[in-house]
Formats: sequence, C-alpha cells, structure tokens
Amino acid sequence: MAMDEEDGAPVLRMRGIGKRFPGVVALQEVDLALYPGQVTALVGENGAGKSTLVKILCGVYQPDSGEIELAGETVRLNSAEQAMQLGVSVIHQETVLFDELSVTENIFLGQQMRNRLGMLDWPTMKKRAVAILQDLEADIDPDAKLRDLGIAQKHLVAIARALSVDSRIVVMDEPTAALSWKEIEELYAIVEKLKSEGKAILFISHKFEEIIRIADNYTVFRDGVVAGSGQVADTTQDALIALMVGRKVDQIFPKQMVEIGETVLEVRGLSHPTEFADISFTVRRGEILGFYGLVGAGRSELMQALFGVTRFSTGEVVLDGAPVTLKSPSDAVKRGIVYVPEERQRQGAVLPLPIFQNITLPSLGRLSRNGLLELAQEFDLARQYAARLELKAASLSHPVNTLSGGNQQKVVIAKWLATEPRVIILDEPTKGIDVGSKAAVHGFMSELARQGLSVIMVSSEIPEILGMSDRIAVMREGRIVDTAPRQEADAESLIRMAIGATQEAGVDAA
Amino acid sequence: MTMLYDATRFAVPDRLETGWKPRLLRWETLLLAVAAAIFTFNALSSPYFLDPWSLSDATFNFTEKATIALAMALLIIAAEIDLSVASIIALCSVAMGAAAEAGAGTGVLVLIGLGVGALAGAFNGALVTGFGLPSIVVTIGTLSLFRGLAYVVLGDGVYKNYPDSFAFFGQGYVWWVLSFEFVLFLALAVVFGVVLHKTSFGRWIYAIGNNPTAARFSGIRVERVKFLLFVLSGLMAGLASVMLTSRVGSTRPSIAFGWELEIVTMVVLGGVSILGGSGSIPGVVIAAFVMGLVTFGLGLLNVPGIVMSIVIGVMLISVIALPILWRRLQGN
Repeated sequence: MAMDEEDGAPVLRMRGIGKRFPGVVALQEVDLALYPGQVTALVGENGAGKSTLVKILCGVYQPDSGEIELAGETVRLNSAEQAMQLGVSVIHQETVLFDELSVTENIFLGQQMRNRLGMLDWPTMKKRAVAILQDLEADIDPDAKLRDLGIAQKHLVAIARALSVDSRIVVMDEPTAALSWKEIEELYAIVEKLKSEGKAILFISHKFEEIIRIADNYTVFRDGVVAGSGQVADTTQDALIALMVGRKVDQIFPKQMVEIGETVLEVRGLSHPTEFADISFTVRRGEILGFYGLVGAGRSELMQALFGVTRFSTGEVVLDGAPVTLKSPSDAVKRGIVYVPEERQRQGAVLPLPIFQNITLPSLGRLSRNGLLELAQEFDLARQYAARLELKAASLSHPVNTLSGGNQQKVVIAKWLATEPRVIILDEPTKGIDVGSKAAVHGFMSELARQGLSVIMVSSEIPEILGMSDRIAVMREGRIVDTAPRQEADAESLIRMAIGATQEAGVDAA
Repeated sequence: MTMLYDATRFAVPDRLETGWKPRLLRWETLLLAVAAAIFTFNALSSPYFLDPWSLSDATFNFTEKATIALAMALLIIAAEIDLSVASIIALCSVAMGAAAEAGAGTGVLVLIGLGVGALAGAFNGALVTGFGLPSIVVTIGTLSLFRGLAYVVLGDGVYKNYPDSFAFFGQGYVWWVLSFEFVLFLALAVVFGVVLHKTSFGRWIYAIGNNPTAARFSGIRVERVKFLLFVLSGLMAGLASVMLTSRVGSTRPSIAFGWELEIVTMVVLGGVSILGGSGSIPGVVIAAFVMGLVTFGLGLLNVPGIVMSIVIGVMLISVIALPILWRRLQGN
C-alpha cells in the first residue's frame, strides 16, 4: 500500500497557492504534494477549484500567490510548453486531439522529433509511437486517423501523448468519465504501471470506489481550500464525502415511493437503419424507467429519436393513447417530451448566452405579451427554477459558460422543467457532476416523478440505475435485451446482460 | 407564482451592478463618439456641410444600403451571410424596368420589386437550409447568377420609362428636408430593433448564432428561422432596389455594383460579430451614419471614387480586426 509520507521526498510540492478571478476566489492557500510512485486523488465538488489547480499545474494559469517546487527547486510554470518540458503531463477530461491527424501525429504534435537536416523524423516518431502503444497494450494502428477511433481508443492516444515525453508527473482529469467498465479496468492497469515506473500521479475523479481502489493519498477541495488530506488506507468513502460537502450526504438518494399511474408514453417496434431495432416499452405516470447498457449500445440514439432529433424508420410512438409524429425537437417539445442531452455543452446550453435566457429559451411564447418579451416575467421564471434546482451563480445575467459543469446541467434541466413537460428524458444526468449536485439531481428526479412526470433515465452508473429506477431496461447492440423491475435486478445481472455474457461464461464483473 | 423553496440560500440576483465604466466602454458608445468626431471634422472642413439640405442629401448616400444592413445584421448574428444582395437589387431593378416598359403602374412596379427580391432571398434560403450548404458559398454563387441574369435580359441597354409617380420613393420628401427614404429607414430600424431585441424570434436568432445544435435541441426550428432571414434579406434588397431605381430614374445591369461589401462593412462596424452570435441594431444604425458621414465628407473634399473604395476596404479590415483586438485588451 502507500508509502508513509515521510519515506519519500515529494517530486512536486505546491505551497500556499492562491488564484482569484473577477468576483471569485478560485483557490486559497492550497497545499499539495505529489510523491513518486504514488497516486494522489484530488476530490471535490465541481467548482471547488480542481480544474483551476490543474490549469496552474500545466502552465495555463499563473497563481497569484504561493510557490511551486519541482524536485526541490522552485519553478514558475509560465506556459503549457514549459510545464511539459519540466515533466508535467496532463490528460484532460475532454481529450484535446485532432481528428484529421494520424495517431502518430497526434502523439508528437508540438514536440516533433527532427533529424540531422532539421526535417521531421517520421520513421523514428512512428517507432516510438508503436513502442508507447505497445507499452499501454493498446491495439491501435499508429497510421490510423483519429477520426476513425472510438472514444476509449482516443483516450489511449491521449495517454500515449502524455507518456511520449519523459514525465515525472501525470495529471489525469476524470479519465474514466467516458469509458465503459472494461476500458476502465484497462486504465487502472495503466495507472498501476505508471506507478511502478515511479511517476507521481494526480488523479481527479468523482467516483469513490475508484479512488478507494487505486489511490494512495487524497486531497479534498471545498470552495477553493483544502478541506482535508491524508492516506486513503486510513479513510472511508463516507468520510471523504463528508469532507467534500462539509455536511453528511447520502451519495444516492433512492427514489421515493410514488404511486405509479396510467401509461403515458408507449413505444412500439421502433427501428432505425443502423442504431437500434425493434424497441418497445412503456413509461407510466410517476415512473422512472432506467436504461442501462454499454457506451454505444444505442441508448442515446433511441432517446434522440424520441425527441425528434433523428428519425426512426419504422414503429410508432404513442402519447396518452394517441400516436404522435416526432419530426423535429419542436414537435417533441410541443407534445411535452423533453430531453436533457449527455453532451450538455454542445447540445444542452447556449453557453455564451445569459443563464436566464437559456432557462426561458423554450418557453418564450408563454412569456410574451402582444408578441413582445416581458423581461420581468423572464427573470421571474428563471429565478423560480434557479432556486428550485439550487443553482449557484453570481447572477442570472451571467453567461452559462461561467458556471461549473454541475450548475450548467442544472440550467439545462431548469430550461426543460420550465416548459412543464409530461415526459422528461435524462441522458447520463449526473455524468461528470460533483456529489453535491448529483444528490440534488437525484432528489429532484424523485420529486418530478411524485409530481406525475414520466422520467426516462439513461445511465451507465449501476448504483444510479439501481437506486433511481422503478424498472430497468438493458440495451445491447441496439436492442432491449431485458426489462425488469428494480427489485429483480442486481449489478451483476445488469452487466452480464449489457455485455451479452452467459451465466456459464462467468464474467468477472467489477 | 409561489416560491416554495428556500429563497435566501439559493437566491441568485437577476443582474449585478456594473457601474458606468462598462457602459461607457460599449462599442455603441464608442461609435457614437466616432460619428460625432467625423461630423465635427466635416463641419469644420466644409462650409456647405451644415446646411439642412446638404445634410439631407447626405442621407441618400447610405439609407438604401443601411436598409439592407438591418436584415444583414440579423443574418450575420444568426451566423449566416448574404453576399448576393447587390445582385438582387439589379435583378429587381431589371424586372421593374421591363414591367415599366410594358406599361405597368407604380403600385405594380413596387410589388414586382419587393416580390422578386423576396423570391431571390427564398432561393438563397432554400439552397442553404434545404441542402445544408454554407451561405457564403451559396450567395457568392447567386451574386454571379442574379447579376448575370440582369445582364442577359438587358445587355448594355437601359430601362428608363418609369411613370412619374414612381419617382417619389427615391426622390420624395415626407416633410421639409426629411426624405421618404430616410424616414422609411428610421421606421424600419425601429421595427428591426424591436424584433431582434424584444421578441422570441430575435432571441432565437442569438441562440442559433451562438450554438445551432443547442438551439435545435431547445425546440427552435433553426432551418425555418434561417430561411425567413434569407427571405427578409431579399425583401430588403428589393425595397432598396425600388428606392434606388426610383432615385436614379433608370436601370442598368451594373446598378448597385459592389454594394454588398459596404453593407457587410456597415454591419460589422456596428459591432455585429462576423462569427455570429452577438451585435445590436442600434450599433448598426450608428455605423450607417458613420459610413454615410465618411463618404459624404470625402465627397465634399472632392476625393475621387477610387480612393473612397480604398477607404471602404481599409474600414472593413479594421472593423473586423478592431473588436477582436479590443476584446483582447479588455481581457487582459
């Protein structure tokens, strides 16, 4: 397990780091130490200052106060390039790679090798790329264009890029957020390998099982200050959560008992040429129907078809007993079917527009008199839903891109609730969201069900699916393979169905 | 509406007090200062400038372009563009000229001008929204196409048999020195300002310009809004064609040649981001005055046309570069 802190000198020590932005203190008197061969987990709610710290570490932001010591020497990280030269590699949450370039080009971009003539030395780079990828046990063609790779493979390329320089410190910002459980296992193996090579790893994650499993040390941020730090072996999940939120919170709010009413939405034999086939299910009033499956099982595509974004080829959707046509999202919204997308920054919110304009965007018709918008009414509506969802923001006129991920998600949910829908589809509603916001979203989903909404929730997190759903549909390769009430489902059976394993095969479900 | 929730803990203020400084540093305020400076410069450098009739004449220099700029502003905020507007003017003018030769009355001529403009805009809109083509490519194509049609019909000829009453739209005065063109432009500016800043349609335009995907996922009919904006742009070009044709009293296929650049310059000078998503109608209106004052001032100073064209070119580049540099300076 972890070395005692006194045993090794830290490779990186940050002391009294402070960073302010206009109107916000992002970090205050933050201390952090990273040790060679150890994984330090950085934990905190969204907006607690983790991203700011990462940006300081990789040279994007300069701290207002405090100092950074690398291997005992005080350094200034003035640019991303400099940070990289000093041995700090960052694997970002959303991988910053280039779709049109090859794997090798992506790995070496910005740090290309040159031959004696000063020309780019592609043969050597390719050899290095192959070696690094082999090291990662990644079966990826170095000449493939990134565009043709899956999300998990892209992630491996990002990791390969971070390892292509001789780094002493590897920062991983929520590396498992977009991965399936099998890919996550592979990532853990890579982390173990990096540890054994003596690299210091800063691992940012919201998943507590993961932290308990792979981290040696932890540091918890809350509102820009260090709320606590220590060795993982000496702590528990509950203690970490308590540090994070400053109060005791159950991680999952199980769905409250709600009387389930009549069928609201019925889907009959829905098919799409490539994404899903022969989908049938019903959702009733007050019910939460969970959709579980691996990434790529067709769940998001199915939901987007119900929302009118993509067309389905055959089948029908029946709402309150009458078939409905769903040719566009505006059709769906008119019928009271709304969708909170997984990609909230691209599809959910109009980031540069103010918070209140995002919340009122689908409800503008209701907020106009004689065709003119009533600003006071817009603010009323926005204020009401901001309070309901416990939105944390400086003001309702600030653009959404000034908010943390969890609060951006609250804006998207608020936008749809303001339309008073009948069916709300939530696609990975708590992905990349801090524990505090997560609990708020879960509690809120229960409340929506109690108010008589029908809720469809797509989630890849088993505790969330098991905790929140009344019934669980499992999708695999575009088909629903099973639908079962929550009481009859358990984690292992869900995973087995999602990957298509038989009982006899004995899959080692994590 | 009742507040069921703890309003104190999660109260988010509607807006924060910002003080006078950001307001003073707004692009519109700066433009207004520039307009005042040019006005003063013109007044000092030419004794004829301050005469009411001379000022009235000055408005003819920019009202037709500015009328189109109003619609162009909406298009550019929605992250589209229409470069074919000057060619639409030519097409409309040729259609009206041909109808006038055939003996059409003033009312019919106006309807033809507006109708052909709207149809040309609809053609652009259908190509952009129906086939998902980039508007800059489509409208460069129709820029050639519409102008080409005008040449095919008219060759190097001219239409000038317009009825006398047709002259009102480009030469008539509503009251004293206030021309019909100028008053119509001011009225349209108010209408466009209200539509962009006070209606759902205007809000949709901003949402589309900032993030068309999120706009679509919010239930906005993105394609329909864009199509309407192209029709509107064509309609305004048709209207400008009526005024311009009436003012010069004749139609040549080269009419309004190269106006699209001045119109786009006007819009961008008005603070509309060329990348879409931001800008205001007051800004565009002030920019129209600035452009009008500059060209009129240069005219008073007997600066030849070719130099004016250079000035417009320099203005276009600098107004695209300046706001970007400005934001960078503010950012630091």
